[in-house]
Amino acid sequence: MTGLPDVLREHNLTTEEYERIVERLGRPPNRVELGIFSAMWSEHCCYKSSKRYLSTLPTSGERVIQGQGENAGVIDLGDGIALVFKIESHNHPSFIEPFQGAATGVGGILRDIFTMGARPFAILDSLHFGNLDEPRTRYIMRGVVSGISFYGNCIGVPTVGGQTLFADCYSKIPLVNVMCAGIAGKDKIFLGKASGPGNVVIYAGSRTGRDGLHGATMASSAFDETSEERRPTVQVGDPFAEKLVMDSCLELMQRGLIEGIQDMGAAGLACSTSEMAARGGTGIRIDLSKVPRRAANLTPYEIMLSESQERMLLVVTPQHKEEVLDVFSKWGVKAVAIGIVTGDGTLVVDEGTKRVAEVPLALLIGQCPVYDRPTARPPSQARPGAVERVDISLKDAIEALVGSPNLCDKRWVFEQYDHLIGTNTVVGPGADAAVLRIKGTKKAVALCLDGNGAKAAIDPYWAAVSAVAESFLNVCCTGGKPLAITNCLNFGNPEQPSVMWQFAEATRGLKDACELLKLPVTGGNVSFYNETLGESIFPTPIVGMVGLLEDVRLVVRPGFKRAGDVVLLLGKTDPRLDGSELAGIVTGSRGKELPPVDLEAHKRLSQVLLKLGRDGLLQSAHDCSEGGIALALLKSCFVAGDGSWPGVTVSVPSDVDPVAWLFAESPSRVIVSVKQEDVRRIMRYLERQHLEHTVLGEIGGDAFRVKSGHSSLFSATVEHLWRIWASKLEELLAGESK
Amino acid sequence: MSVRFGIVVFPGTNCDLDTKAALEASGVESHFVWHTATRLDGFECVILPGGFAHGDYLRTGAIAAFSPIIPALRRHIDAGGLVIGICNGFQVLLEMGVLPGAMMRNRSLRFICRFVHVLVEQADTPFTMNCTPGQVLRMPISHFEGNYYIDEAGLKSLIDNRQVVLRYCDAEGKCTPESNPNGAAFNIAGICNADRNVFGLMPHPERASDSLLGSVDGKLIFESIAESVSGRSIGQAG
Repeated sequence: MTGLPDVLREHNLTTEEYERIVERLGRPPNRVELGIFSAMWSEHCCYKSSKRYLSTLPTSGERVIQGQGENAGVIDLGDGIALVFKIESHNHPSFIEPFQGAATGVGGILRDIFTMGARPFAILDSLHFGNLDEPRTRYIMRGVVSGISFYGNCIGVPTVGGQTLFADCYSKIPLVNVMCAGIAGKDKIFLGKASGPGNVVIYAGSRTGRDGLHGATMASSAFDETSEERRPTVQVGDPFAEKLVMDSCLELMQRGLIEGIQDMGAAGLACSTSEMAARGGTGIRIDLSKVPRRAANLTPYEIMLSESQERMLLVVTPQHKEEVLDVFSKWGVKAVAIGIVTGDGTLVVDEGTKRVAEVPLALLIGQCPVYDRPTARPPSQARPGAVERVDISLKDAIEALVGSPNLCDKRWVFEQYDHLIGTNTVVGPGADAAVLRIKGTKKAVALCLDGNGAKAAIDPYWAAVSAVAESFLNVCCTGGKPLAITNCLNFGNPEQPSVMWQFAEATRGLKDACELLKLPVTGGNVSFYNETLGESIFPTPIVGMVGLLEDVRLVVRPGFKRAGDVVLLLGKTDPRLDGSELAGIVTGSRGKELPPVDLEAHKRLSQVLLKLGRDGLLQSAHDCSEGGIALALLKSCFVAGDGSWPGVTVSVPSDVDPVAWLFAESPSRVIVSVKQEDVRRIMRYLERQHLEHTVLGEIGGDAFRVKSGHSSLFSATVEHLWRIWASKLEELLAGESK
Repeated sequence: MSVRFGIVVFPGTNCDLDTKAALEASGVESHFVWHTATRLDGFECVILPGGFAHGDYLRTGAIAAFSPIIPALRRHIDAGGLVIGICNGFQVLLEMGVLPGAMMRNRSLRFICRFVHVLVEQADTPFTMNCTPGQVLRMPISHFEGNYYIDEAGLKSLIDNRQVVLRYCDAEGKCTPESNPNGAAFNIAGICNADRNVFGLMPHPERASDSLLGSVDGKLIFESIAESVSGRSIGQAG
């Protein structure tokens, strides 16, 4: 007989939490009920450590149709069209079983989007891996990328952008954050609400098995040396099944046959039934003997907590029940009525005539403990040794950065994703932001993901501000007006005061940046316990930004267009290498402070950029971020060509250290190219706007040339540098480099 | 006369909507046909679009080749009707045995999605009549199994009968090993049957039918079909 402490440990509940359940329930919970509490009171489901910080983020705005608290956020794009979007993490499963972990991460976020009545039309992913010198990291990366590819490609939703970054701390726990956006009719948004007592509860989709048991609690605890034994807690994805579920649900919605709908994700049936009833202010009663199964002898406990994929819970009126079942049948999707909506505020679970669980929703959903965990600035936060001088030649610096894992071409990743299906991808992966047109309108949506854990390890506040600012600028570079964000906050163990401090600082940064830039946060995801054997990842706040282009024909791309065009730098350069990729590569330390972001100046720059784009004056635009001016210029050369590459000659001011000036990563800067004949007009406009700017040089030839006065500091053909940039990742993955 | 295209939709097909949108942009009328239908009357051309029919479980296109619609498709082909299989549709045509050869996984053992160049080897097919021989088209590929295989005798017969319609090439039209994205025999990207009324190709013309998306070369294929069909009908009427 297992003792109570063991049972609680197995369920990841503290003694205090257990006592709270016993006291408020008026009796000890049975095992099924304990399982339900354990899932619903897990960090993953109830945000008990993060709630008090998340509640400080701005959530309202004139375009917000649905903010936090639903399956996804919804914003108004005008003309009766709404954009539904959200991001989710699948870090823990992706470590244990990279392919399935990542695949089901895609499946889960897709369900969150079509659940709201939207047809998913774009996926982006932010991936963080360890050092590619380790075979295990290469195995994880291959698995994760092919898992995303497998699921997204098959279901037919394009994966259009994101980021792939590397640092040692992600060796034992990769980050797999997947964002999805979909388009819906503004007045056709569906909610995860069980309304109307007497309505029928329908289970649809794949049968229930034992896979994914305790997924939510797994994602709410740290890993140890036995983690790989948890493989059975990772679900198995079937994108073909999901496509049928998606197409049938979208048909039901279009025909107006559904009252409420939610996917069965983390904590499966337990979570979907209780959340839907709680949101509806009703109650719910289900009979597990009706649930379709694919394994023999499933216990009620297993059925309630299974995380088998591709399952949905629907609430429909009794009149529509048969019609709904008929539609599912046409698509070959299993669907059965498993219960009804009640009015008694209780989750009641029967198995045939036997009652197996009965829990008041007010307790289960409403009284989950919320913690104000202690925070403490870690002593290591003020890392010794500010970056003073980085000793490297310009040539070595350029080649090192072009071939660094973080900055090299990510073609190996994104060519495995179908980024063109849907025939909406105007700007695809590898750009500042992806741009997708909305068919039948002149509009397009710009989407991007940004964040940098290595910088957040130095200063989580400024790294979070920078992530918002950079994604804001990325969207503006395409000509899109930023509208809202979603975020995925990846952190270590919140029970450690240092981690909680990082979290508090990062959310404070998000709040300040979003308030000033007037960006509502429409939802997101928190992933704690990203640690193995006591070692935490870098704090890694990731921002997913969405923006709107009113006229897709005015889209601005990052690649240089034409010889003779003039290259301008907009914004002010602070030539310090603190926080930079170059400092990290050369000295092994990025220093102890990050360049702060002047959000007012940032906003001004963005407005100027949008105005120049609207007036059709930009031949190209690309923001300066990792790798500074040098990498921004090179990338505009690299992505311009389809077999041949334009060169560029740039001048470094005579009074600066060329390496520091070219590689500093001070924020709020953009490199644009403009036609010769427009230069004077643009300069006058920039002066009137009091926006600092520099003429860097001119496009032409086939080489990347850096000059200072009349002396040449560097020259190499763009093709030579492109080859290093384009081949690096494949070499590293083959284990050939070094 | 107006040309009517039928677009066959299997469970798991996912390029059906894109194909219809591209046809509309070329001014061609089209209708979806669910895989359980048993007739294809009234369509001058039938498209098997891209996707993962039946999840591509077992083998790409293998299950779809036994769908209820297939006998009607064979009758349509036997009567001289036009059929174009794009990507997964090409794989289905191979599994049906209507076109020779088979698909293996890409040489890199990875899914590949990118724009490629293909050389028009044969312009005297109903699918390429608006192209010029030797013309280079830019269209995207997006597949895991596009590594076309055929034995030597089969390849010789394809070449002798002028059935190799499209080959992977570089921007200048040279069919080099570097411009072969998936390892396909003889850089083959598209072939037709001996009667020249069935065409299978791996590139997606429907994704290259709008200048905003980077290429309009795919329209040449749809417009060739539309024109050849209306030309034929006029001929018959006369």
